[in-house]
Amino acid sequence: MKIAVCVKQTIDTEAVITLDADGQVVTDGAALIIDPYAEFAVEKAVQLKEANGGEVVVVTVGTQDDVPAIRHALSMGADRAILIEDANIDTTNPLAKARILAAVLEAEQPDIIMGGYKSGDTGQAQTLPRVAAIMGIPQVGWITGLELEGETALVDHELDDGVERVSVALPALFTAQQGLAEPRYPTVRDIMQSKKKPIDTKDLAAIGIDPSLVGPAAAQVVVKSYALKPEREGGRIVEGDVPDAVAETAGLLASEAKVL
Amino acid sequence: MATIWVFAEYKDGVIGKVTFEAVSEARRLADAQGKTVSVVVFGSNVDDAALAPLAQYGADQVIVVDDPALAEYTVDAYAAALDGLIEAHHPDTIMFVASSTGQDIAPVVAQHQNAGLISEIVAIEDEGGQPVYVRAPYSGKILEKCAFTNNDDLNIVTLRPKAFTIAEPNTSRTATIVREAPAGFGNIRQIVKDVLRVASDRVDLRDAEFIVSGGRGVKGPEGFQVLEQLADELGAAVGASRVAVEQGWIDKQFQVGQTGKIVAPQLYIACGISGSIQHQAGMGQSQCIVAINNDPEADIFRIADYGIVADLFEVVPLMTEEVKKLKA
Amino acid sequence: MYELQEEERMILSMVDSVCTDIIADRAAEIDEQDEFPQDIYDVLAEQGLFGLAMPEEQGGFAVSVNCWAQCVARLAEESPAVALMLFVAAIGADAIMTYGTDEQKNTYLPEIIAGEKKISFAMTEPNAGSDVWSLTTSAKPTENGYVISGNKMFISNAEVADLFCVFAQVDVDGERKPAAFIVDAHDERVVISAHEQKLGLHGSPTCPIFFDKVEVASDALIGEVGQGAQIAFHALNRGRIALAATALGITRASLKASATYAEGRKQFGQPVFDFEAVSFMLADMRIAATASHGLIDDAIDAFVNDARDVKERVAAAKVFCSDAAQQAATNAVQIHGGYGFCKEYPVERYYRDAKAFTILGGTNQIQRRIIADEVRKQFAL
Repeated sequence: MKIAVCVKQTIDTEAVITLDADGQVVTDGAALIIDPYAEFAVEKAVQLKEANGGEVVVVTVGTQDDVPAIRHALSMGADRAILIEDANIDTTNPLAKARILAAVLEAEQPDIIMGGYKSGDTGQAQTLPRVAAIMGIPQVGWITGLELEGETALVDHELDDGVERVSVALPALFTAQQGLAEPRYPTVRDIMQSKKKPIDTKDLAAIGIDPSLVGPAAAQVVVKSYALKPEREGGRIVEGDVPDAVAETAGLLASEAKVL
Repeated sequence: MATIWVFAEYKDGVIGKVTFEAVSEARRLADAQGKTVSVVVFGSNVDDAALAPLAQYGADQVIVVDDPALAEYTVDAYAAALDGLIEAHHPDTIMFVASSTGQDIAPVVAQHQNAGLISEIVAIEDEGGQPVYVRAPYSGKILEKCAFTNNDDLNIVTLRPKAFTIAEPNTSRTATIVREAPAGFGNIRQIVKDVLRVASDRVDLRDAEFIVSGGRGVKGPEGFQVLEQLADELGAAVGASRVAVEQGWIDKQFQVGQTGKIVAPQLYIACGISGSIQHQAGMGQSQCIVAINNDPEADIFRIADYGIVADLFEVVPLMTEEVKKLKA
Repeated sequence: MYELQEEERMILSMVDSVCTDIIADRAAEIDEQDEFPQDIYDVLAEQGLFGLAMPEEQGGFAVSVNCWAQCVARLAEESPAVALMLFVAAIGADAIMTYGTDEQKNTYLPEIIAGEKKISFAMTEPNAGSDVWSLTTSAKPTENGYVISGNKMFISNAEVADLFCVFAQVDVDGERKPAAFIVDAHDERVVISAHEQKLGLHGSPTCPIFFDKVEVASDALIGEVGQGAQIAFHALNRGRIALAATALGITRASLKASATYAEGRKQFGQPVFDFEAVSFMLADMRIAATASHGLIDDAIDAFVNDARDVKERVAAAKVFCSDAAQQAATNAVQIHGGYGFCKEYPVERYYRDAKAFTILGGTNQIQRRIIADEVRKQFAL
């Protein structure tokens, strides 16, 4: 069984996010982490490998800056990684990334392709569904469970009021939602071993993609501006003995906030 | 005449409220740009009566595809049906609700139709006659304004629930209902084995005007019963933080936050919730927030309108009594 | 300052996750219960943290001492009692690592690294703190080994230990020569009393031990008879680096808690952070943390290179970091005002814990004397 996991690095959204003088989101110096949704997928892929044997391949479109996220996935138990790095790639365009990932995955021929249903930073939530559409393989998004039954996967697709259990023949693509698997903490041994695992860096020529298909000219969407969202102002702590504080709060909800 | 489509959330014979938000917004955009609004409804045994409100919120036309193959959502069947409709009618914008279904199907159709997709928009602005779409990425810390490079192509957006207001229903409006049968659904590769709906008698989280939500401090499934008593008194939905869900105290569908549901009720009562950025991303737009936590350092107090630093098991029953008194 | 290698950064980041997700929730409870937190110990063992700066031959990971010290500091930000687990293991195993035979290393280190066995450092006695030469515990040579007799005091994690690294005097032709031994803590003649009720560092049990004529085989001896002082100094240097790192963790935790509180707490219409009296205390905490980090790296540099002045440089780090932590924790309580005095906030715990580090591993007065001796050698003799 070969499982490919598409991994991206994101800014830690718990951290303070700032804009530079040009109004761009500052990632320089910010805490970068493996994208949490991709991490769910990596964990599940590694669990499947541990149970069934095979290989987990990490695939990333990005730059050397993404190596920490890739290394993290390798330390969790993935076996090797492919990094597509090329100055001609517009990495902000999900379509461009989907075209590249599809080309790499066509060559790799994995049984299962996974990744996050969206990323924790830009959250465009469309790269991997586009990959499946380009490759013509079946997909199920927002999965919170995955079991294998021979050449078939039984997955739980999250609904707004529950889950839908879906059976899909492999090869197929699945996008991870929280709940799919609880990411492990790599041990010191895992981390030391991940150093020895290969990261194969390729450019567009190596995977046979015309740069014009993935460059700025291919953009369907342009960002016009970023702004920091004004923070919500905290109000007041209602002090005093608990029964008094509760009574006062209820009164305020009725008289001041007018929500009761 | 150019048309804006809204893809409806239809389930158990009912159009979800979130769809009315999208229809209302589509109407506003259509009026500004001189376009019409069509709502696309997929399902099996779709009842015309359920479609009536769509006109009141602004639909000019309702396109229904009624087929047993659409009884349960599968991305292949839904995308094939929608692809067929698009190729027959050429809408210029399609709006989906950014729900688990809408978010799932929108990128697939976008890829099939070579369309651009802007996901989870929270507002639409006008810039020189062209629409500019506002998103809130980075857990809602950033407002991003973006536009399609070509407004003549098919463009697709998904709308974040609760971000758009529902228009006052206009009962005099009517819409034509067109029933269409697609040539087929292609090869449906996802086979739905089972649908496990976690029943809840309560109002849907995303529709709720009041939410009582619990986190780590609730300490277990029994703790949620205390919250439910307050919720009963308020007619509120019960929500939960990620910790409570991961501990297995309450089902995932009740999770509020970045990886759960995004809500914006009139009143959000956070009980024993620390208020991580992820949680705030899901409830920061609430009109009024009350925080109950025995940790005075909890981040939730930074955004709460009213805070009580005390044990929730002491506060919540008292609050239930206070609400009773207010209602009396 | 030492720049961590890529894999060392990954290790620190893993420790950070374990701290945030697991230890942070337990820290106050550990303090309140004052019981050794075996659950947390198991997590550290599972993650491989006891093998950090240990040799690869015995299953360790041979990362830099700097990386190990930063892991200790990060753990200490949540719970110094937890950080001390790494300190106790390192100071206890140092003799075997540094002076042990291959057989001793292969026998003991793999189990210590795996967390299957805990080893404690048993040197201090009721009447002998930092002076190895005044130890009264004796190891009497027999045909097959030694018989160890005597009292030890303030032995960290003794009540959960499986092994002790014991320092005792061997009578060689009427001359008392210090030596180090490995002793099975579960031997029935090893009597471990209930742990002391301490001001702070709850969860890191400190106990008196009585060695009641404990028989050990000759292969229990580490190094040679007479090498005891040298072995102890080496272990104490490693230990003092860990203590300095633990103190640094308290300084960082004090800074974090105080800065967050000062920004949120409003008085006279503005965050108390805006008051110079408060912001200068915060700035001083930052300076202390940065300087502590620098001195720890300097001490490690001296330690790993066996520098001539290693004792002085390690002492300097231990003194500065612990004094700085005590000051930072004091100011953290001050910044929190009345709340800081209450258990609701963690800073009162930092305050109680910080005090220990000016005493543990040799009081700061003894450390200053070590440094002063060097000063005298350089300028006054």
